[in-house]
Amino acid sequence: MIALLTQAINLFAALLLILAFAMITQRRVLNLVHLFTAQGLALAAATLDVGYLTAQPHLYASAAATFLLKVVLLPALLHRLINRLQVRWDVEPLLNAPLTMLLGIVLVVFAFNLATPIAALASSVARSTLGIALASVLLSFLMMITRARAVAQVIAFLSMENSLLFAATAATNGMPMLVELGIALDVLMGFVILGVFLFQIREQFDSLDTRHLERLREE
Amino acid sequence: MNMFASATAELPLTVLLASPFAGALLLALIGHSRIGAAINVLASAVAAGCSLWLAAIIARDGASTAYGELFFVDPLNVFLVALTAFVGFTTSIFSRPYMRIEVEHGRMTAPRMRLYHAMYQLFLAMMLVALTTNSLGVLWVAMEAATLCTVLLVSIYRTPAALEAGWKYFILCGVAVLQALFGTVLLYLAADRVIGSGAGALLWTHLDAVKTELEPTIMSLAFVFLLLGYGTKAGLVPVHHWLPDAHAEGPTPISAVLSGLLLNVAVYAILRCKVLAEGALGNGLPGRAMVAFGLLSVLLAAFLLHRQRDIKRMFAYSSIEHMGLITFAFGLGGPIANFGGLLHMTMHSLTKSAIFFAVGHAAQKAGTQAMDQIRGLLQISPTVGWGLMIGSLAIVGMPPFGVFASEFVILTSAMRQLPWAAPLLLLALAVAFAAIVARVQPMVFGETAAMKRLPHPPALVPVFTHLGLGLALGLYIPPFLISWYMRAASLIGG
Repeated sequence: MIALLTQAINLFAALLLILAFAMITQRRVLNLVHLFTAQGLALAAATLDVGYLTAQPHLYASAAATFLLKVVLLPALLHRLINRLQVRWDVEPLLNAPLTMLLGIVLVVFAFNLATPIAALASSVARSTLGIALASVLLSFLMMITRARAVAQVIAFLSMENSLLFAATAATNGMPMLVELGIALDVLMGFVILGVFLFQIREQFDSLDTRHLERLREE
Repeated sequence: MNMFASATAELPLTVLLASPFAGALLLALIGHSRIGAAINVLASAVAAGCSLWLAAIIARDGASTAYGELFFVDPLNVFLVALTAFVGFTTSIFSRPYMRIEVEHGRMTAPRMRLYHAMYQLFLAMMLVALTTNSLGVLWVAMEAATLCTVLLVSIYRTPAALEAGWKYFILCGVAVLQALFGTVLLYLAADRVIGSGAGALLWTHLDAVKTELEPTIMSLAFVFLLLGYGTKAGLVPVHHWLPDAHAEGPTPISAVLSGLLLNVAVYAILRCKVLAEGALGNGLPGRAMVAFGLLSVLLAAFLLHRQRDIKRMFAYSSIEHMGLITFAFGLGGPIANFGGLLHMTMHSLTKSAIFFAVGHAAQKAGTQAMDQIRGLLQISPTVGWGLMIGSLAIVGMPPFGVFASEFVILTSAMRQLPWAAPLLLLALAVAFAAIVARVQPMVFGETAAMKRLPHPPALVPVFTHLGLGLALGLYIPPFLISWYMRAASLIGG
């Protein structure tokens, strides 16, 4: 049973990585929200798993908080947001999907190399997945750079935060409770502010394409 | 950690943190009313008073923890706490007539005033938490929360340019704080191996005690991420792009506290991490990284100063330059360079916020921030004109102002420790001098353009208080202040 659960962490980690890849090339806004929800679910499951294996009750609380925030609350808010912005069925043109994928693979190789020496020093149960966590962080970062639409950038930001939390769980069996609560609060606040922002941007520019936001330049 | 006395510092610390939080809560309800601005001033005044009280206690008893080691106050952060609370207080005085004029000009409405006042206090509270907390995790949380508050403040005019500045600020600093979070995770991983897991492993006092045992491989990577993350918040080149936009598009009181306070807090965060990384690595690598970032920022910002047309953007680039200089000084390390860096933090805060106060009223009178349309301030309003002129002379490092003294200390230590960097610094300072004086001179002395009369008298007491303090400290630094800076400098080590 224990061996199975240890393997399960690797499974969840692999899921996270696949979801991160899927997000990079996903053109439909609605599907992005679904992928984000699935990512939150994988993160919550991984946290629960690590909590059970290391017998740390505070990770159960953390997993519950992740579930509530990332699987229930934020997706619900995202659905409301894309409904009210009427971008639910939007399809975003992507610049050169194969090239982005290739870049993603390079990032993964880089992340694995970077993480190997650190993972060797860590003593956590999930240390072998640190490379995957780092790779997901970099992939979300790539998505943030390559996307032009504001909603996609917001989702990339949230997904980057998901990957970082997974990195924290993988490397250290979870951060102290106080810090995790603070992070969750900041993410929620940040998301609400971003949501308000999106409406204002659309009102001002009649579009959610952030390429309109490039007027302030170096003189 | 029983060597720290704790009970005496707890009361002033509690009031210090509670007053801006209470202010934020109250102002969230009635911030738009006539007394909103007065409450804003009052809450900031209470915080400023408590910060002095706290400083007096720390000066008497030495470093102290409070609330079961959750907070930690030593000579290094208490001086920044006092500076932050003081500038927060004077800015709230300046903000009162300034924002009233903005309301009359139709740029602010009642709901926006409420948001503005509440966020101003929350922002102050978050910076004070970031400065006084002992946990590096809470430091991260407070920095992120302070960023979120300022995003709302920067975009408060809701114009296309303000929204763009706010969005850029959010995305860039959002990515930056996530990098800092990863750095914090790595730090926790390193601490985990020595101290064991739990909240204690992120407490700075615990980490400081075992810093030589922290795993060097992990710490070097952690420091890279922390430097990148918090360095973005400090406006270091090449991750400075949010800073000029945020300064130019937000309300001027916010430009003043961004430049004068938030950048300092970000540098403080880097310093705390640098002490740990330096202890773990023992090879001076963190210091050298800071020297490189600092030097690059000073040089690039000085040359970009020439290309600015917007007055607030120009002084924003000047802030990048000075933050670079401060980072450079702390990167050099050693008691003298650290002393210079701390002094420069103080002088830059006081002078730059004074300049922004004067700039704010000048831009209101001219109805624009474009420098070629602001002319002849001296004839229209001698106090604003002189404030801007004296402030500009102070910031470019003219003697006898305080900035000259701190730049002199930094330059001499650069000549001693890193001789090849000194001419580069001198070049940058000369370029910045030429750029700022050439721009400010016609604005102050030139032919008069049509300027508006302001519906309310501007608050110029803060401008001249700050400049007076800068001048006084340039002429004479009292011995107790010197010994204090020396103690703080020794804490940074290196």
